[in-house]
Amino acid sequence: MRVDVEAVITSGFIISLLASSIRAGTPLLFATLGEIVTERSGILNLGLEGIMITGAFTGFAVSFLTGNPWLGIVLAGFAGMALAFVHAFFSVTLKANQSITGLMLVLLGLGITGFFGRDYIGQVATYIDPIEIPVLSSIPVVGEIVFRHDPLVYLALLLAFVIWFLLFRTRYGLEIIASGENPEAADSLGVDVDRIRYLSTMLGGFLVGIGGAYLSLAYAKLWTEGMTAGRGWICLALVIFSGWMPQRAILGAYLFGGLDVLSFKLQAVGFGVSYHLLAMVPYVVTIIFLLFSVIRKREAFGAPASLGLPYIRGKRY
Amino acid sequence: METLLELRNIVKRFGDVIANDHVNLEVRKGEIHGLLGENGAGKTTLMNVLYGIYQPDEGEIIFEGKKVRFKSPKDAISAGIGMVHQHFMLVPRMNVLQNLVLGYRTPSDPLVDVRWVEEKVRKLSRRYGIDIALYEVVMNLSVGEEQRVEILKALFRDVKLLILDEPTAVLTPKEVETLFSALKAMTKSGLTIIFITHKLKEALSVTDRITVLRKGKNVGTVETKKTNERELARMMIGREVVMDIQKPKIEFGSEILKVQDLWVKDDRGQDAVKGVSFSIRSGEIFGVAGVSGNGQKELEEAIAGLRKPFRGKIALDGKDITNLGVAGRKDIAYIPEDRIGVGLAPSLSVMENLFMKDFKNFKKGLTLDFKSMEEEARKLIEEFSVKTPSVHAPASTLSGGNIQRLILAREFSRNPKVIIASQPTRGLDVAGIDYVRRRLIESAEKGCAVLLISEDLDEIFQLSDRIAVMYEGEIRGIIPREKADYETVGYLMAGGMEVAA
Repeated sequence: MRVDVEAVITSGFIISLLASSIRAGTPLLFATLGEIVTERSGILNLGLEGIMITGAFTGFAVSFLTGNPWLGIVLAGFAGMALAFVHAFFSVTLKANQSITGLMLVLLGLGITGFFGRDYIGQVATYIDPIEIPVLSSIPVVGEIVFRHDPLVYLALLLAFVIWFLLFRTRYGLEIIASGENPEAADSLGVDVDRIRYLSTMLGGFLVGIGGAYLSLAYAKLWTEGMTAGRGWICLALVIFSGWMPQRAILGAYLFGGLDVLSFKLQAVGFGVSYHLLAMVPYVVTIIFLLFSVIRKREAFGAPASLGLPYIRGKRY
Repeated sequence: METLLELRNIVKRFGDVIANDHVNLEVRKGEIHGLLGENGAGKTTLMNVLYGIYQPDEGEIIFEGKKVRFKSPKDAISAGIGMVHQHFMLVPRMNVLQNLVLGYRTPSDPLVDVRWVEEKVRKLSRRYGIDIALYEVVMNLSVGEEQRVEILKALFRDVKLLILDEPTAVLTPKEVETLFSALKAMTKSGLTIIFITHKLKEALSVTDRITVLRKGKNVGTVETKKTNERELARMMIGREVVMDIQKPKIEFGSEILKVQDLWVKDDRGQDAVKGVSFSIRSGEIFGVAGVSGNGQKELEEAIAGLRKPFRGKIALDGKDITNLGVAGRKDIAYIPEDRIGVGLAPSLSVMENLFMKDFKNFKKGLTLDFKSMEEEARKLIEEFSVKTPSVHAPASTLSGGNIQRLILAREFSRNPKVIIASQPTRGLDVAGIDYVRRRLIESAEKGCAVLLISEDLDEIFQLSDRIAVMYEGEIRGIIPREKADYETVGYLMAGGMEVAA
C-alpha cells in the first residue's frame, strides 16, 4: 500500500498535529499528576478510568445546567475527590486490597455516568474556549502551536511545577514520599501516615476529576457514554513512564496525546496502517519503558517501595 | 545524679506470651545505661513500650518527674526521647537531609528551610564529631553512615534521652570505636543514653550502669565499674531447671559430615561464615551455640544446599557435596528455624507437605497414587503424633508444636544420615520441646550425625556431645560437653576469647 508521504507531511499538518497534541495531552496531564501524588503516598488507585468519566459527566452536566463551565470543572474535581475518598477508606482504613477497590471504582464510574448521562447525550453545554495570548500568539509557528489554547492547558502545565514543588520542597512532600517509600520510618518520626495517604488520594482524585471534565468541556466538547475511552488506563501507564516525576509527566502526556491524535490524522489521510495498531503504540512504549525501569530498579525511576501495601503499625513484630 | 526516667512494673503481653514481666528500670541523667540480655529477653519490647510503639498492659512511665503516656512515637519525640532502631528507619531513596528533616517543622514551615537545616547539622557535627554528607542519597550509604544518619535524626530533634537498639550489631570494629567516642561526647553535653546490647564487652566498655533482663524479667542493675564479664554472663544466662531427659551413651561411628574452611556470604554480600571447620561422626550431636546473626543461618543453609559457599568444602560420607543442590543432598534432613516460611508450604495440606520431597515415589501412570499416599500419611502422623483434623487439613491450621512434628515426620522418615536442626524448639510448649529433643537423641542413636544450632543453652547442654560457639562468623572454640559450663559458653557467645581449650 503506497502513501504519498509529501501529502501527509506538510508544515500545516505538523503544526496542527503538535498543537492538538498539547490539547489531547492536557486531560492526561491532569490525571497523571493526580495519580502521581496518590501513588507517591503509597496508594495505588487503579480507578482512574472511573474517576475520569465521572469528572467528564459532572463537568458537562453542571455546565449544561448552570451555564458556567468553570463551576463544572471545580465540581468535577470534587466528584473525583469523593470517589477517591471511597478508595482511601477501603485502602487506608480497612486495609483492603487496593487493586480490587480501584477496579471497582472503574465499574462504578462507568455505570453511574452511563445511567445518569443518558439524557445529556447530544445536548450542548457551555464550553471552555481557547484564548489567544496577546503578542505571543502571533509568533509564526510557535504561536500557533503553543499560545492559542484554553486556560486549562496552561493551568495543567503550571500544576506540574506546583506539584513538583510540593513534593520536593515542602514538609508535606517529604511526608508524602516517606509514606509511600517506608511508612514505618515516617511513623517513627511522628508522621500520621494514614492522614497523609487520605489527603494524597483525595487530592489525586480531584485532579483526575478535572482531567475528565477537560475532555467533555474543552477537548471533545460533548458528552457521550464511556467517552474517556481508556484514557484512565493510559494515565496509569504514564505515571510509570514519568518515573513518578511531575515534570516528566508533561512530556509523557503530550507525547501520548500526540500519538492519539496521530492515529486519527493518519487514518484521515488514508495512511495504510490499522487504527488499532496505532492505538497500541502508547502501551508498547510504556512496556518498553517499564522494562527499563525494572532494569534500573534501584535508580530514581522505580515505583515507591511501599506502593499498594497497607500500613499497620508494629505488624512486623 | 538525678533520675531522668523511671519505668515501674511494666507488663507487655503478646497473646499468651509475656514479653515484659513487671519490669522496673531507673535511668539517671547524663549516664549511659546498658540494657543487657539475650535475644528474646524483652529488651526491644521494653524500649518500644517506652517509645510509644507499644502500649503497656500494666505499669507506668515517669519521665522528668512526671507520669507520661505515649500513644505514639510522636508523643515520645515531643517529650524528648529519640530511638535508633535495630532495623534502620530510613527512606533509601531520599537524601540524608530529607531523612533528617522528615516530619520536622523548620522555621519556614511548610517549606523546608534547607539553609537552616544545614546550619543546625553543622553545629551538631562539630559538637559530637559526627560527619555526614547531607546531599548523599541514603541508598548509597554504608551501614555505619546510615546509623550516623539515624543518630543525627534524634539529635536534630534535641532529644534528652537517646535509645540505641543493638547499635554495634552492624558495625565494623573501627565504626564501633567512632560510635563510642560520639556517645561519650553526647553524655558530656548532658544527653542520657540507653544502650541495648547482648555483648558483654561493649556493655562494660561504654556504659556507666547496666540492667540485665532475662526472659522478660529484670535480673538486676549493677555499676559497670563494680562488675565483670563472668558476673554479667551469669546474670544474663542464668540457670534454668533442666528438663529431665537422660541421654544414653552412644558409641560414635565413622565421620559422616565434614566441613572444611567454609566461607559463606550473607544476603548483603558480606562474609557471614569465615573459615569454619568441623566434623561430626555417626551418633554424635554437635551443638552450635551463639546469638543468632553470627553466621549460623548462613552456615546451616550452606550445608543444606540453599546457599553456595564461595570457599571451602563440605563432604558427606567422604563424598564432596559442596556444589550439589538440595536435591543432590538426599541424605541431609533440614529442620529450619523458619518453620512456616522455609519448612512448609502453609496453604498445602498436611499430606502434601509430608511428601513434598517424595511425590515421585507415588507415581501411578500420569497421576499420583493418592490412596497409598493417604495411607502412608496416616501412618506417619500416628508415628510422629501430629495432631491434625485430617491429612487434608492445610498445614497452616496446625499449632506450632504440631507443625514442628510434621516437619520432623517428613525429614526423619527419609532415613537421613545428617540432621541439621536449627532452633528446633523455639516457641514450642514443654511437651513439644520434650518430644523434639527425644527424637533428636533417638536419631543419633540410630546413627545420624546431628548438627544442632540453638540459642537456648539448656538445649545445647542437654543434647550435645561437643559444643561449638559461633561468634561473628567464626567458631570460637569447640568444647567437649563434659568440660563445658554455662559461664564459659556464655562468655564466648558474648564475644569473649577462649582462655584454654
